[in-house]
Amino acid sequence: MSEKGWKDLAAGGKITEPGNAAQYKTGDWRTFIPDVDREKCINCLFCYLYCPDMAIEVKEDSTLGEIKLDYCKGCGICSSVCPVKCIEMKKEEK
Amino acid sequence: MNNKLIIKPLTGAAAVSEAMRQIDPDVVAAYPITPQTDIVMKFSQFVNDGKVTTEFVPVESEHSAMSACVGASAAGARAMTATASAGLALMWEILYIAASNRLPIVMPVVNRALSAPINIHCDHSDTMGARDSGWIQIYCESAQEAYDNVIAAMRIAEHEKIMLPVMVCQDGFITSHAMERVDILEDDKVKQFVGELNLPFPLLDTDNPVTYGPLDLFDYYFEHKRQQSEAISHVFEVTDKIYNEFEKISGRKYNRVETYEMEDAETAIVALNSTIGTAKDVVDTLRQKGEKVGLLFPRMFRPFPAEEIAEILARLSAVAVLDRSETFSGTGGPMLADIKSALYEKENKPVILNYIYGLGGREINPAHIEQVFSDLKEVQKGNEVEKLTYLGVRE
Ligand code: SF4
Ligand code: SF4
Repeated sequence: MSEKGWKDLAAGGKITEPGNAAQYKTGDWRTFIPDVDREKCINCLFCYLYCPDMAIEVKEDSTLGEIKLDYCKGCGICSSVCPVKCIEMKKEEK
Repeated sequence: MNNKLIIKPLTGAAAVSEAMRQIDPDVVAAYPITPQTDIVMKFSQFVNDGKVTTEFVPVESEHSAMSACVGASAAGARAMTATASAGLALMWEILYIAASNRLPIVMPVVNRALSAPINIHCDHSDTMGARDSGWIQIYCESAQEAYDNVIAAMRIAEHEKIMLPVMVCQDGFITSHAMERVDILEDDKVKQFVGELNLPFPLLDTDNPVTYGPLDLFDYYFEHKRQQSEAISHVFEVTDKIYNEFEKISGRKYNRVETYEMEDAETAIVALNSTIGTAKDVVDTLRQKGEKVGLLFPRMFRPFPAEEIAEILARLSAVAVLDRSETFSGTGGPMLADIKSALYEKENKPVILNYIYGLGGREINPAHIEQVFSDLKEVQKGNEVEKLTYLGVRE
């Protein structure tokens, strides 16, 4: 998100456009990045349920989809809850 | 201007509730505290008698009073409250929220000492403590000034360039409970003057939903503070304009900085509120004896009219700053600090004496003021005088 200067912001920190949370790219915060071993994944979707930022997508056929890196903040919760330990948190090279 | 002359005998507190009746705010949320109680008591009587359309919220504390005003104002309502002393202290957290959310709440404050030891009488430690909360502060010498300035404050607060809350201060008991002759404007005149409120982004506009007070971290908070400073920088020009308009409907002229006998003054006292009234009397007496003395009253204390004050004071030989509160900074009262820093850039600076006085309602009499002027005279003669005096304390 391009960051506006004080002259262009609504006074007092008001948010004047509703439903704009998608514009806040929490992926900016990330240090570690989840790396899924798709071979081992059993598509239980625990990771999808636990991800605090709704960063994990589910495909039409209810299998694990992509991880949206714009929003994945690298917290590692998905890795921690995965029953088959197929998500490894790797240091992201920036 | 053909104003009907309406004169009422009113206390400072009653004068303020009269102004509130005429403003007829959408919401008043208040909790009674001495010596503000009379304002809320009289106003709630107006509510009971159907003299106003206000939604009166009898909250359980001042923290809630200010919170309710914040909510009401964000919803788009014209919101008012009133407080004093510990009540103001209990509002502390929400004072900042009102200012930072840019909510034009007007709050009469009846100045009273802070505990401990517990004391219900006048000094300025309550509002002086709140001077950096982002509120505009206006100080009043009399019931008349309190009445007039509550009405004017509404317009200053709600001006589109400002959108900040305003405290209108008067001295506890001395002003709030003393009966004075007060010239009242016609109800219609006040209604017209304050006008219909049309706040931008009201929460109740469900077709255009907005969020007030979201989390604002290192990436935006600073920008929002910068906006607040910008709003403050427009307060003087807006106040001048509104005081001019107020003069047109009332015939009474207010200034951000009030002066008394300053044209040719060589020494002066700087003070706030009712002390100015006492000091005017002393100045009159001394002037009759040919002494060139004057008074300066920073009616607007936040923002502080530093340049204007420096301009007036720089040509004097000695100035006494009377502070009715202590900062406990070890360097004197709060007004002293502002006056001194205002004069820093000036080539010629007067000698400045500081007097802490009147704490907890300790009387300030003409004799005290005379003593201050005589100290200033000693300075003029080149004699050493104490820089910081606790005026009226028992040694
Ligand atoms: S690391 Fe955290 S934010 Fe990223 S996908 Fe896993 S649970 Fe979601
Ligand atoms: S928790 Fe692990 S196994 Fe389950 S869907 Fe996510 S990656 Fe696959």
